[in-house]
Amino acid sequence: MTTALLERDQAFVDGASQVADDVAAVHAEDVDREARFPIEAISALREISALSAFVPEELGGGGVSLEALALACLELGRRCSSTAMVYAMHQIQVATIVRHLDTAPPWFESYLRDVCAEQRLIASATSEIGTGGDMGRSIAAVTPGEGGLVGFEKQAPTVSYGAQADDLLSTVRRSPDAEGGDQVLALTLAGQAKMTPMGTWDTLGMRGTCSPGFVVSAQFAPEQVLDTPFARVMCESMVPLSHVLWSHVWLGIATEAFERGRRFVREAARRKPGEPVPAAAALSRVMSELALLRAEVQLGLRDFLADSEGNRERLSTMAAILRFNNLKLAASEQTPRVCQGVLEVIGIMAYKNDSPFSVGRQLRDSLSARLMVANERIHAVDAGLLLIAKGV
Amino acid sequence: MSATTRAEIRRVLRDHGRLPVDVDSLDDGADLFQAGMTSHASVGVMLALEDAFDIEFPDRMLKRSVFESVDGIAAALRELDSLAA
Repeated sequence: MTTALLERDQAFVDGASQVADDVAAVHAEDVDREARFPIEAISALREISALSAFVPEELGGGGVSLEALALACLELGRRCSSTAMVYAMHQIQVATIVRHLDTAPPWFESYLRDVCAEQRLIASATSEIGTGGDMGRSIAAVTPGEGGLVGFEKQAPTVSYGAQADDLLSTVRRSPDAEGGDQVLALTLAGQAKMTPMGTWDTLGMRGTCSPGFVVSAQFAPEQVLDTPFARVMCESMVPLSHVLWSHVWLGIATEAFERGRRFVREAARRKPGEPVPAAAALSRVMSELALLRAEVQLGLRDFLADSEGNRERLSTMAAILRFNNLKLAASEQTPRVCQGVLEVIGIMAYKNDSPFSVGRQLRDSLSARLMVANERIHAVDAGLLLIAKGV
Repeated sequence: MSATTRAEIRRVLRDHGRLPVDVDSLDDGADLFQAGMTSHASVGVMLALEDAFDIEFPDRMLKRSVFESVDGIAAALRELDSLAA
């Protein structure tokens, strides 16, 4: 990595941290209480062109590294989980397109230029009612329509910020007669996809991601289909990228909960100088849990980068699928453990919502981690792979 | 090895691939996943191939693209055979 690249990365992370501190943190409670989209923080991220941070410079983007992107997710996650998760999900779609640009129609290159110029926000519709939660299967299919256009109709049980996004990346079957697993990605622009909400989004946590279900009815040009087999895109990019960036958001949430615990014990120590602080000993145990979480999250990123740069083919092996599934499983289970540990260290002052030491929002937000792609489903996939993979 | 190997691969696919179509209606280069083999079924195919040919696929071979056609599987078996020789 060159010094120039490091500087560019640092400037980007500093900018994202500033948005986190000055904007996301200020509105986080209201976003949570009202279950509303964190429009202030996302607008501020647009102001610093953070939505195109990962797009290569030659297309007008920021050209930052994945490490920098992950750090931005962590910093945002400390202040407002919903902002961080929206940002992470957007970057997963952007990075997926960037990583498969070599096999995509030229349309996608001009689209990325538009993302840079207009700071367009991309949502995704990868889940579908009727597939039993299997992202590797679709019912909706690319279907020829009128005037050379193609279309699809998809019932998506959750589309995060579906009503707020500009554009939508959806998995669909390649054609009406394709098998369920023969999928491609379609990118539809605002105005090309009619989004009819199904249900509401009044949840325990991650309330600002605004992720109700939608019926998506889309009509678009055939060149908007990234026809690289989705099975490959999923293994090489979408799934490991999701697990890497989500886990950084979760690490941010756990870090913030821990920081609240630290402020609490420091204040206790100041009140009675020289006396032992029992809560600090309890917090020390939580610190070791946080250290485990951080180690796995950082190693997951490093392993992904090593494969991406050296041997991208390896990401399709079962051993690699298991590795990045393990990152998701471990991080999603460890994050609420840290938050709950801090709750017990602080006690009632953490349980109260209107206390400066409250960790209620962090705990509630962190409980989404094991459900967004249910861990039980990932364990079921891993159970099959374990039978044949060797070096686990 | 070619003809018998391919016949044995087809037998394994017929017994474990859970394909919605007859394996013999597909040619050697046809994409088995596009023909409807699921990821789950493909694990069963891999296990049965290891048994049938008394081999172990190393991790680097355990990916979808290696098992997506009769030709792909035959190439993987050939590679393992030449490594063993």
